[in-house]
Amino acid sequence: MIRISKVQKAFGSVVVLKGIDLTIEKGELVCLIGASGSGKSTLLQCINGLEPIQGGEILVDGISVHDPKTDINKLRRKLGIVFQQYNAFPHLTALENVALAPRVVAKRSRAVARALAQKHLEHVGLGDKGDSLPSQLSGGQQQRLAIARALAMEPSYMLFDEVTSALDPELVGEVLETMRLLRSEGMTMVVVTHDINFARESADRVAFLCQGEVCEIGTAKEVIDNPRNEQTQKFLRRENRKPLEIVRSSVA
Amino acid sequence: MNGYQFYWSIVWDSLPLLLAGAWVTIQITILAFIIGTLIAMPMAVARQQGEGWAYRFSTLWVELSRNTPAVFQLYLFYFGLGAFHINIPSYAAVLISVSFNNAGYMTEIFRGGLAAIPRQQLSASRSLGMTSPQSFIHVIFPQMFKVIFLAYVTQGIWGMLNTSLGMLVGLQELSGATQYAQSASFRTFEFFLVTALIYYLIAKGLQFSSQLAFRLMYRS
Repeated sequence: MIRISKVQKAFGSVVVLKGIDLTIEKGELVCLIGASGSGKSTLLQCINGLEPIQGGEILVDGISVHDPKTDINKLRRKLGIVFQQYNAFPHLTALENVALAPRVVAKRSRAVARALAQKHLEHVGLGDKGDSLPSQLSGGQQQRLAIARALAMEPSYMLFDEVTSALDPELVGEVLETMRLLRSEGMTMVVVTHDINFARESADRVAFLCQGEVCEIGTAKEVIDNPRNEQTQKFLRRENRKPLEIVRSSVA
Repeated sequence: MNGYQFYWSIVWDSLPLLLAGAWVTIQITILAFIIGTLIAMPMAVARQQGEGWAYRFSTLWVELSRNTPAVFQLYLFYFGLGAFHINIPSYAAVLISVSFNNAGYMTEIFRGGLAAIPRQQLSASRSLGMTSPQSFIHVIFPQMFKVIFLAYVTQGIWGMLNTSLGMLVGLQELSGATQYAQSASFRTFEFFLVTALIYYLIAKGLQFSSQLAFRLMYRS
C-alpha cells in the first residue's frame, strides 16, 4: 500500500503540491489526471524519492520514502517507474538495458540477469529485439523496453508518468496494450495520464488534481462521467473538445 | 650543396638507448593517462555540482593545472618538494606532474561531456535502485566517453608530449635519452629528427589503439 499524507512540495517559491492525501491499495490501478502544471508528475517523482518533499509523508508498505534513515535504493526496487521520455540507456542493447539493474542492484549473475531480461522483453513483446540498440527501436518499442526494464526489478508497484504523451498516435496503442496486460496480471499501478479514455476503461479509481490538491477522487464513472467538482467539469470539457479543435484548425 | 652533412650512423648506434627512453615515455604516458582519468571522473562530477568543498577543490585543481606552465608544475613537484626535504625520484616527479596536468584538463573535458547527457538518464538509473556511483559507472560515464572521445585522446597525446619535460630533471625518457646521446657527438639535428619521428609514431600508436578500443566498446 502507498499512503500519501499531507504532502507538500515547492520548487523555490513555486508551491506545486499543497497537501496531497491519497492512498493506493494493493492491486489497484489509480489514474492521476489534471491540467499541465497541476503537480501529477511531480507527485509521481516524489513517490519514489526522485524529488524531495517539504512536508507530509509518503509510506510505501509502511516505509517512509523521505526519511533520511530509509535505504532509498532498496525501497526503489519495489517501485518501478516509466517516464514520458523513455530514457532507454542508448549505449546498451535492449537486453543489456533490462539486465543492468538485476545484475548491478540485485546482484544476479550475468547469465541469470540475461535470462531474466529475455523473459521480460518477451513479456512486453520485444523478445526478438534483445540485440537492438534503442536508436534502432521505434518510440513505442523504446517505451515498452522501459517498462520491461522496470519490471525486471520485480517491483510491487509501477508508476507511469505520461508514458504515451511523447509517442506518435499510431504507437500509443501498443504501449497501452502492455499496460492493460500488467493490469490483468494484478500489478498495482499509479498512472499519470492525459488519456481520458484509458482512465475511463482501466482505472479502479481516478484522482483529479488541480492547483496542487486532489480536487476530486472516485471511480472512473464518478469522476469522468459525472464530475461534481467545477474544476473537474471544466477540465474534462476542455479535454473532450481537443480533437474537434484540431480538426477545425487544420481545416482553416 | 654547401651546408650540413647528415651523419645518421651515429644515431643508429644509439638507437637502443633511444628506444629504452621511448619505453619510459610510453610507461609514464599510459600511467598518467589512467591516473588523470581516475582523478578527473569524480572531479568533473564535483565541478558539475557547482557548490560544496569538492567543487572548490576541483576548481582550484583545474585553475592551477590549466593556467600555469607544465614545466612550472614539474619543478614544483621535483624541486619544490625537495626544498621541504621530500625527495622523490625524477620518474615519480614526471609521472605526478603529468598526471596532475592531465587531470585538470580532463576534468573540464569530462564536464563538457556530462553536460551533454540528459538529466533523465540519471533519474532513470537511480529509479532502478542504483546508487549514485553505480549510475555514473554503468550509465553516465560510458555515454560521456563517447561524446568527448576525440578531445580525450588528444589530451592523452598532449600528456605524452609533456613527458619530454623529464629531460629537465634528468629523467632518461625519450627526450632525456636523446639529450644524453647527442651530447657526445653534438649531432643534435640528426638525433632530434629521429626522436621527433619516434614521438610521432608513439602518438599515432596511441591514436590508433584508442580508436580500436572505441570501436570495440561502442560497436560503431
